[in-house]
Amino acid sequence: ETNKLYCTSVKCCIFELKAELNSDKKEKKKEAVKKVIASMTVGKDVSALFPDVVNCMQTDNLELKKLVYLYLMNYAKSQPDMAIMAVNTFVKDCEDPNPLIRALAVRTMGCIRVDKITEYLCEPLRKCLKDEDPYVRKTAAVCVAKLHDINAQLVEDQGFLDTLKDLISDSNPMVVANAVAALSEISESHPNCNLLDLNPQSINKLLTALNECTEWGQIFILDCLANYTPRDDRESQSICERVTPRLSHANSAVVLSAVKVLMKFMEMLPKDLDYYGTLLKKLAPPLVTLLSAEPELQYVALRNINLIVQKRPEILKHEMKVFFVKYNDPIYVKLEKLDIMIRLASQANIAQVLAELKEYATEVDVDFVRKAVRAIGRCAIKVEQSAERCVSTLLDLIQTKVNYVVQEAIVVIKDIFRKYPNKYESVIATLCENLDSLDEPEARAAMIWIVGEYAERIDNADELLESFLEGFHDESTQVSETHTHTHLQHVLHKHTQNTPDSDNPDLRDRGYIYWRLLSTDPVAAKEVVLAEKPLISEETDLIEPTLLEELICHIGSLASVYHKPPNAFVEGSRGVQHKRLPARTASGESAESPDAGQSVGGVSDAPPAVIPSQGDLLGDLLNLDLAPPSASVPVVPASMQMGVDLLGGGLDSLVGLHRPSGSQYIAVGLAGGTGGMPAGLGGTPAMGGGLGDLFDLGGGVGMATGSYVPPKAVWLPAMKAKGLEISGTFARRGGGIHMDLSLTNNAMSIMTDFAIQFNRNSFGLAPAGPLQVLTPLAQNQTIDVSLPLNTNGPIMKMEPLNNLQVAVKNNIDVFYFSCQYPISLLFVEDGKMDRQVFLATWKDIPSENETQYQIKDFHLNSDAASTKLQGSNVFTVAKRTVDAQDLLYQSIKLTNGIWALAELRIQSITPNYMLALKCRAPEVSQYICQCYELLLRN
Amino acid sequence: MIGGLFIYNHKGEVLISRVYRDDIGRNAVDAFRVNVIHARQQVRSPVTNIARTSFFHVKRSNIWLAAVTKQNVNAAMVFEFLYKMCDVMTAYFGKISEENIKNNFVLIYELLDEILDFGYPQNSETGALKTFITQQGIKSQPQTKEEQSQITSQVTGQIGWRREGIKYRRNELFLDVLESVNLLMSPQGQVLSAHVSGRVVMKSYLSGMPECKFGMNDKIVIDKQGKAGASDEAGKSSGKQSIAIDDCTFHQCVRLSKFDSERSISFIPPDGEYELMRYRTTKDIILPFRVIPLVREVGRTKLEVKVVIKSNFKPSLLAQKIEVRIPTPLNTSGVQVICMKGKAKYKASENAIVWKIKRMAGMKESQISAEIELLPTNDKKKWARPPISMNFEVPFAPSGLKVRYLKVFESKLNYSDHDVIKWVRYIGRSGIYETRC
Repeated sequence: ETNKLYCTSVKCCIFELKAELNSDKKEKKKEAVKKVIASMTVGKDVSALFPDVVNCMQTDNLELKKLVYLYLMNYAKSQPDMAIMAVNTFVKDCEDPNPLIRALAVRTMGCIRVDKITEYLCEPLRKCLKDEDPYVRKTAAVCVAKLHDINAQLVEDQGFLDTLKDLISDSNPMVVANAVAALSEISESHPNCNLLDLNPQSINKLLTALNECTEWGQIFILDCLANYTPRDDRESQSICERVTPRLSHANSAVVLSAVKVLMKFMEMLPKDLDYYGTLLKKLAPPLVTLLSAEPELQYVALRNINLIVQKRPEILKHEMKVFFVKYNDPIYVKLEKLDIMIRLASQANIAQVLAELKEYATEVDVDFVRKAVRAIGRCAIKVEQSAERCVSTLLDLIQTKVNYVVQEAIVVIKDIFRKYPNKYESVIATLCENLDSLDEPEARAAMIWIVGEYAERIDNADELLESFLEGFHDESTQVSETHTHTHLQHVLHKHTQNTPDSDNPDLRDRGYIYWRLLSTDPVAAKEVVLAEKPLISEETDLIEPTLLEELICHIGSLASVYHKPPNAFVEGSRGVQHKRLPARTASGESAESPDAGQSVGGVSDAPPAVIPSQGDLLGDLLNLDLAPPSASVPVVPASMQMGVDLLGGGLDSLVGLHRPSGSQYIAVGLAGGTGGMPAGLGGTPAMGGGLGDLFDLGGGVGMATGSYVPPKAVWLPAMKAKGLEISGTFARRGGGIHMDLSLTNNAMSIMTDFAIQFNRNSFGLAPAGPLQVLTPLAQNQTIDVSLPLNTNGPIMKMEPLNNLQVAVKNNIDVFYFSCQYPISLLFVEDGKMDRQVFLATWKDIPSENETQYQIKDFHLNSDAASTKLQGSNVFTVAKRTVDAQDLLYQSIKLTNGIWALAELRIQSITPNYMLALKCRAPEVSQYICQCYELLLRN
Repeated sequence: MIGGLFIYNHKGEVLISRVYRDDIGRNAVDAFRVNVIHARQQVRSPVTNIARTSFFHVKRSNIWLAAVTKQNVNAAMVFEFLYKMCDVMTAYFGKISEENIKNNFVLIYELLDEILDFGYPQNSETGALKTFITQQGIKSQPQTKEEQSQITSQVTGQIGWRREGIKYRRNELFLDVLESVNLLMSPQGQVLSAHVSGRVVMKSYLSGMPECKFGMNDKIVIDKQGKAGASDEAGKSSGKQSIAIDDCTFHQCVRLSKFDSERSISFIPPDGEYELMRYRTTKDIILPFRVIPLVREVGRTKLEVKVVIKSNFKPSLLAQKIEVRIPTPLNTSGVQVICMKGKAKYKASENAIVWKIKRMAGMKESQISAEIELLPTNDKKKWARPPISMNFEVPFAPSGLKVRYLKVFESKLNYSDHDVIKWVRYIGRSGIYETRC
């Protein structure tokens, strides 16, 4: 009979219902309203019945009343005028002796989004908020949030927020919980006013209510607690102690919200505290228990565990087994478990993990199998001892001949080869057998790479490459790129020449540049193409550190499921607040953390790590016997000598890779040079820039702005040097370091026979040639000289680090002076780190090595800052915008191979930049920070 | 918070739609149908984001329940709520099916109005709800003032799960220790992972507001007592009898802070049946059965399978409902089975040989052999060899858990702990009990 209610035909027409609604019989009326509701559910428009339904409202029958209210909530908005008819009943119901009816009225009224009704709601709501019955109060608390959603101003004007705050001290736990929920929601749209006013007293009240309220109420309270920042580690610990019992709750959401509070407050506890260790131990079992929940909850739990494992790997490091995939797990659970298994893999458990992964690789779901194969490769790279076993497992899998398994395996074997060169080449023969089955670009590219890299060991490498060449025109860019590169590698090995012909200008140019390089100087070419490859990072898909911190603050919520900050999927003003983990406070015995904004401390104790690494790319390139450009002209004519053309084309094609179409013959990179450079000087570092850029596919664009050159300063006053005044500065041009000097003769006689020498210094700076003062320096004459420098000189740590002691000799005497160079002078052009490598390195450098620095009163948007910095070889690896804040992740490489990683926080509200710098050699941090300020301000 | 709740049948027709928030429009109902229910692909996630709107869904038989939101809600809470909603509906009208939902839609709307306010879950304990949800004539209309305030104080109160004034002539309680034992074993007999997930389900028919205390052979408690008492007897009993519990969770009636500090389990139970606790153990598990598989490929068109099962518990106990499921390749053309005990059948539709044994005593073994004929195929993909799985039921707790006591105190009424009739039962069932082959 009820199925009739759901009938969607037009025949169940409005007329019949109208008649029934106006019937005298109660039962008939009720049935009619039910039919109306059913029609409403399936999407039929029954708004025409509005007056008839509202007429049924005034009844003692609670059941009928509820049905009418349901109808009202749905249609009041479309019939505002008629909805007024209902107001009287609502107001009357709010005075009803039965608390259930009072609550029902106030609950429903809040759901009717009609302005006129809202006005009438205020008085009843005020009474209900102070009702003697807790059921009414808890309903009224939520109603304030409803009203705020309709008309925020009204709520404030009427003082409901204060009443709501009072309810936090209510004697009934459920009232407290609902008040907390309502306040939390309202405060989300008022990020600035501290509505919840969390202080130790109110926190205490919340913690008391936590023990007594329903499971849902506990969630509201815990989620609210997570927004509080304790004053010190002691308060933090006492809150943690009162929250931990929640970890045994049957409701997974209560558990996860408790985990969130603990993960957040734990940040403040000193690590040497016993309680810290206890807490860590307490977290593991409940997280594991979450995995025996229903699959949907398991999924939520696994996404969160993924974050927790990245933040605090120690919590679950012994729990690998629980993440083993079960045959019947839904696919989304399987994929997430696999992710966590890779993260937890270590030398201790690798045997078990590999055995499992091998099982998974024979499953049915293609995505899952691919991920499993990839995971085997990750294990090899992560745990060196297992590499051999991983490779043999992968070979077994290749033998299965399942097409996608083979392809995936080849892709990961390539990575293993890169990580452990010249170790597993014995398997190449097996790989080559599978050439024909490769039809995915990534796998083909990987295979071509392998063939090229090990061309010397493959007898028929020629043939194999030729066979790939046949399909060259049809290949995707990824394959062709590798191919061109590989082909060249191969050519280098075999000393034969062959240039691919392609329609893709970028690719073709790259082919040409390699080819020309090859014909100019095969040795140099070998250095360039066979140069060291960038590191393979151990971890994949790591979440950026700041994002990770933010997501930890959102444990249990949708943000933690999506692994995205809330503003990425929430519209409007809600969730805009950007959450961060609290900083560890220094109280009592623990004083391990540096305060934000303060510069690095304890420089002198650490052993000097400023040692140049041999075989560093730039160093190699210095030996290139190629002519530097004599003059930098924006347009390089094709007829120019080979070296220049090569560079022009090279830069162009590389820059072009990131542009839609390569604007072919404009040399971008060399614009910074001035005319003062001597031509034909062998081994000038100027080449470093151009060739270094070959490897920097992302950089080079901002080069045109040039690096920062400080104004000349007087280094040697005339009175100290018998009339010779030397002022100077340092500049980085075209990848080379220059000392630009102005020599002024204030003496009475002519000066000749100039020579210069440097004392040993921190970075091995030394003149790359003699000081070229060709004509004698007459009285009152000033001459400008540019002295090219290299970093091949002897090394000694100086104080300050960037101090340089110089001796200048002329026909009169020898003079000594010291000067300081901006450390940005040493930032090299290939200092752009790969994103993945950046993340891994950032994570890897201990936080003790982090330096915070504040740049005050500075107004420049992030793009301008980024461009400015890039001009001095500070490369932006990634940019993230969080609300009003831009975060720039930047990498810097010094001439001696030291890397510095930076996070630059730019707020549009305050004119202050925050710089966080991580470097394995923390001594240099301070100088880099200073440089940042210098570079930005100029 | 939750912006709306929709229930669909398998075709994607809406059976229930309740919108709580203004940011959720009618089009959300269609978006979920088109993108999830009617999606060709298998569902890859229980959370779907369509046009900045997030959909959480669970499925019960062929009914879809979806919660919708546009905010950064507590995802775990939404799923817990959806499960709870299923429990409540089941408690009211039985199985969640299209017909039952259609027959009870007014009741469902009334429930949804009560358990979710503006998207915030409210009290969802069936016991409490049944006191005032009007549908199905459970409550006669005119209530006295006392009754009304009793209802509201129960719904909002500290003991929301129990009402006052319950009276039984016979005070009685039943405890069921229900365990499911999970195993993943390698073909060589190595335990890859094993755990027991257990539940203590209580049926209480007790008068008044009884204060209960539950005790079991928890290693931590026994060790503590052993130390405190220092008597030989305590020491002896703690030696082997106690079990290490990895983790446990409790019904909301249990005082968690007391458990955290003293590890004692005390509570005022709901009336009737409920789940007191869940626990998990991984150490010293008694694996009731061992499966020894032997699969041999004879040429390309034949497989020989031999499976031995051994029971590993006291000979006086009987396992029941034993079922061994041996997967067969997709290209199986015929199967011949010989088994010593029970009945075995090849089920082509399930791609498996199903071997059933009604009863089996402890310390016994039984064997099945099968010859599987295969059709020649040119499918390159190898057969994945799914694991052999087992089902069974045994009358003991594989974790070794023992109930030591359940004390009942009701100071206001005149019955004591001794007057309560108590029953304890242990049932161990197979969870995912698999052996790879």
